[in-house]
Amino acid sequence: MELYRILIGKPGLDGHDRGAKFIARALRDAGFEVIYTGIRRTPDEIAASAVQEDVAAVGLSSMSGAHARLFPAVLEALDKAGAKDIPVLGGGIIPAEDIPRLKKAGISSVFTPGTPVDTIINAFREACCQHHQQRC
Amino acid sequence: MQPAQLLEQLLERLHRGDSRSVARAISLVEDQTELGPAIMQGLDQQRLDTALTVGITGPPGAGKSTLTSALVHHLREQGLRVGIIAVDPSSSLTQGALLGDRIRMMDHALDRDVVVRSMATRGRLGGVCASAGAAMRIMAASGCRIILIETVGIGQSEMDIASLADITLLVLAPGFGDDIQAMKAGILEVVDLLVINKADMPGSRKLLLDLGRETANSDRVLETVASERQGTETLLERILAFETELRQEEEFKQRRQRSLNKETVDWSIELIRARLTDLVDNEFLTGLDQDPRAAAEQVLSDVLRNSLTFQR
Repeated sequence: MELYRILIGKPGLDGHDRGAKFIARALRDAGFEVIYTGIRRTPDEIAASAVQEDVAAVGLSSMSGAHARLFPAVLEALDKAGAKDIPVLGGGIIPAEDIPRLKKAGISSVFTPGTPVDTIINAFREACCQHHQQRC
Repeated sequence: MQPAQLLEQLLERLHRGDSRSVARAISLVEDQTELGPAIMQGLDQQRLDTALTVGITGPPGAGKSTLTSALVHHLREQGLRVGIIAVDPSSSLTQGALLGDRIRMMDHALDRDVVVRSMATRGRLGGVCASAGAAMRIMAASGCRIILIETVGIGQSEMDIASLADITLLVLAPGFGDDIQAMKAGILEVVDLLVINKADMPGSRKLLLDLGRETANSDRVLETVASERQGTETLLERILAFETELRQEEEFKQRRQRSLNKETVDWSIELIRARLTDLVDNEFLTGLDQDPRAAAEQVLSDVLRNSLTFQR
């Protein structure tokens, strides 16, 4: 099986990292190489790290409601860093009405409390698989 | 795009220091893709020769990442481009890995001349040596003057990784007594410099004494408080002075050659492993000695004979 490298990060000032750490561990146990950047990262820091680590996908976590601003900001930062092709997935306390908006902005999957962990793992695997097919 | 064109473009961008190309090149080599060997052969040899690689190892919690970050700070003050390879273990069960060393290096996250790469050991015997060595050379070709390789632990395999580097550093901190008891004899025969980090903590004096009089009095032992960048500038000066010393003699070239030889052996084992497994599982259905050691000699002599006739 191919090994996928992914980055899990938390943009913004929200320090509630339980979700991010849980997902990071679950993905590690599912066989991913997970680069964890920790809390309070700026979108530019996340994008620069994703580029340097050559990850196949980025996962973002948010609890306190800043996702509407910060998730798209990470997409912009990736675009600016020349890495528009890296898929971004997000999760956290995200109201149902925000999900279509985030997806329209370009977040490829959105997870909320109660999403089974297998669903999340499969979404990452699919995103990574697609990304690896494009690379040389 | 054609593979040849792609390779040329990747190499051209890599030598210009483009982050994405450097990172992609490392992945292509680490994943053992077809382009891998061609990338490695296309690297600027002169840059590889001028770069210095420093291996940093020590028990978990000794402060390796923090120390690395402090060294990077001083190197950037001198305007030098730096590479960092942070190696963490993969799970042997799931192949997965959690790589968290970046957290302590985020001060440099937006600096394009600080190239950070987290690497998992990927459970291959000696394999990480090969990948880490390749990553080192790719970073050097991209213009990194110094490349720091950080590995956890003080066991044999970590020492192997550290020994890939031109200069090796062991980081210890107060509170790791038992680990050190086991290895204190001849510690300075294995590493070039010994760093007692967290030197402001109680017990650092005792740690130094535990290492024995000879070690404690050696000028190759330095004390730091990496989180405060205390003693870290002196450490960097010491590393660079040591480099100058090595380069004046033949020693530098010899060290490089030794680690290249070691990598060659690691790669040979890596490449022949699949062939041997296949041979033992499928071709030698019967007729192998019951004793594994004797059987191995039978298999190897068969492989060597076949490869010789193949060459003729």
